[in-house]
Amino acid sequence: MKKFLKVMAIVLVVAMIGVFAACGNKTTDDTTTTAPAAVDASKVKIGFIMLHDENSTYDLNFINGAKAACEKLGIVPIIKTNIPETNECYEAAADLADQGCNIVFADSFGHESFMIQAAKEYKDVQFCHATGTRAHTEGLDNYHNAFASIYEGRYLAGVAAGLKLNEMIEAGKFKAEDAKIGYVGAFTYAEVISGYTSFFLGARSVCPTATMEVQFTGSWYDETAEKEAATLLIGNGCKLISQHADSMGAPTACETAGIPDVSYNGSTVDQCPNTFIVSSRINWEPYFEYIIGQVAAGKAIDTDWTGSIETGSVELTAVNEKAAAEGTQAKIDEVKAAIKAGTVKVFDTSKFTVGGKAVDTYLADVDTDEAYTGDTEVIKDGAFLESEFRSAPYFDLRIDGITLLNEKY
Amino acid sequence: MSNEKVKEPFMHITKRADISRGKSWLIRIASILVALVFCAVIIVLLTGENPLSVYITMFKGAVGTTRRIWSLLQNVAMLLCVSLAVTPAFRMKFWNIGAEGQVLIGGLATTACMILLGNKLPTPVLMIVIFVSSIVAGAIWALIPAIFKAIWNTNETLFTLMMNYIAMQIVSYFAYVWSVPKGSGAIGVINPNTQAGWFPSVLNQKYLLNIVIVAVLTVIVYIYLKYSKHGYEIAVVGESENTAKYIGINVKKVIIRTMLVSGALCGIAGILLVSGTDHTLTKDTAAGRGFTAIIVSWLAKFNPIYMVLTSLLIVFLQKGAVEISSKFELNDSFSDIITGIIIFFIIGSEFFINYKLNFNKKGENK
Repeated sequence: MKKFLKVMAIVLVVAMIGVFAACGNKTTDDTTTTAPAAVDASKVKIGFIMLHDENSTYDLNFINGAKAACEKLGIVPIIKTNIPETNECYEAAADLADQGCNIVFADSFGHESFMIQAAKEYKDVQFCHATGTRAHTEGLDNYHNAFASIYEGRYLAGVAAGLKLNEMIEAGKFKAEDAKIGYVGAFTYAEVISGYTSFFLGARSVCPTATMEVQFTGSWYDETAEKEAATLLIGNGCKLISQHADSMGAPTACETAGIPDVSYNGSTVDQCPNTFIVSSRINWEPYFEYIIGQVAAGKAIDTDWTGSIETGSVELTAVNEKAAAEGTQAKIDEVKAAIKAGTVKVFDTSKFTVGGKAVDTYLADVDTDEAYTGDTEVIKDGAFLESEFRSAPYFDLRIDGITLLNEKY
Repeated sequence: MSNEKVKEPFMHITKRADISRGKSWLIRIASILVALVFCAVIIVLLTGENPLSVYITMFKGAVGTTRRIWSLLQNVAMLLCVSLAVTPAFRMKFWNIGAEGQVLIGGLATTACMILLGNKLPTPVLMIVIFVSSIVAGAIWALIPAIFKAIWNTNETLFTLMMNYIAMQIVSYFAYVWSVPKGSGAIGVINPNTQAGWFPSVLNQKYLLNIVIVAVLTVIVYIYLKYSKHGYEIAVVGESENTAKYIGINVKKVIIRTMLVSGALCGIAGILLVSGTDHTLTKDTAAGRGFTAIIVSWLAKFNPIYMVLTSLLIVFLQKGAVEISSKFELNDSFSDIITGIIIFFIIGSEFFINYKLNFNKKGENK
């Protein structure tokens, strides 16, 4: 026993010496870098709940927005990453409330029920949730949804895709009738359907022969599945790829195959310098500034907030001149101005058909229920009014020209 | 005699014949201390943060508030429950790494009852239906590989592993079928208004019932393994199948029966997760507990009472790690590194418990 203790003691001492030596060199910067945040001057404390971490393009976009908004307003956010869509989300939200947050924000669709649960318990804390659908029917003063009219951004990105297709057709790379786009989608869900349809309509507005195939992965973040889906679409003869799923799977598959890619959530130009054309994204900074500002001023937050091009919430990244067709930026600016002016409507019912027929009336499931009952007429004056009756998308028509390869998700 | 130099090793290793309990615990505690010191070095080298404040944050993250303590206990209970489930099979040297899938299938059965029967049956009947169907579902998921092992001697490790992926796909499928709103792939909280099929709060604590159930299960499994005839048979089959056959134990029967017990316990874990805490189902509901349970069970040498400590240790590390990554804005991977190092040292300490280092004294053999 004594001998054993002696050996253990030696091991411990040696290890300790190592640490203190290492600490010794570092003590000076330690005190400066790890000092706890000074007393918060501002009265607003905001906590964020993210589904994944910065490795996901989707969450990175939120994290960047959160940091930028907070830095601008001089407050320090608490960010919790990798919070799954389970009771852990409720625990995280309640924990942030316990820490004194006045605002708790969650970024993933599946977080919604747990945010509502926390909102019912902490009446004095504002709970804000991106992409959710229930705030306008839940009747809680402190629970809010937010989204942006990203379909406008998708449409613009589609224009860039259409121009690229035209350029490749003119260069004799393939015939006009072979101008097929591939799209990697997460779920057969309104948010995704609205996204790929607006993207496709944008592309077809400049390249009339364009068609599209969509492959679903059944997950918001599955790098392997997204890569495989993109590779499958490329194998099917798709000449250009875009995606609505959150990993780098599709963009990297495109870079490997040398197929142009219109990305989402942010620029992937660093990883894909030869194939990245442009990316649409929601800039969450304006929303974060808005909610922090409202709470600081003691004002109510909108139950259902929709960002737009106007609010700076819908953005396109810089065009990658190396991969994009000539004149892409100019054309994007032109169409953007037309959307702002209201002369171009993304879901103009004269521009698409369903089952060969024009659509002039549609009841969408705006007030979410388990039977998916359509409850609101959303077509008015020749256009499908997306994000008008609630912020989260509800366009789920299957328009002609788009083939869904797998519908299981 | 010549002055020939005999090269002597600095030390040699011998197997310990016997070690006192106190001494073995001393080694384990020492290994954790060494691990903490080693992690401190890593923390300083990689991040430049003060290791002490990192550890304090970790401690606060795990038990800093009443809510966190309850959440910790709830997570310990869940991990312990799955660990209890894998243990009988492990004692039999049947490497069931399919707990993840067995829990998911149990949870799927619970979910199905809540959605399809939730508002149609009176609560006591509904709870009975949930318990019976989920336990049966978990048991069937474990029974399939057990039958293949018993009859055709298939490799149970691969078989149970693959059953996990099948379970995840089935759950993904139903998460899509039952998703609200349509197609979103998320079921959302089931019966949010009627709370049909939810565990009730006991003494105003919503996790207390879960914790009590797991505590009772722990004692039952301990007694089952240590004092029952079944437990004895499991131990004999684990030591030597031939011995078991020789003394007249029906090995096939023991394998199948034990896996049924494992699967049934996983089914209970599924109920606790879906009815007791999440009130929804995703393919991440089991959250890797089926695999973490293997470490918990091994570290505790398959003893259910020690497993309380090992699962507490692991959940404590996990909870603390989440807080570190939030507070210091470090990626979760960094916390995983810290947790990994600590577990590595603990597993490594078993070497020092089983073997002894003998330092050769200079000149002793001359």
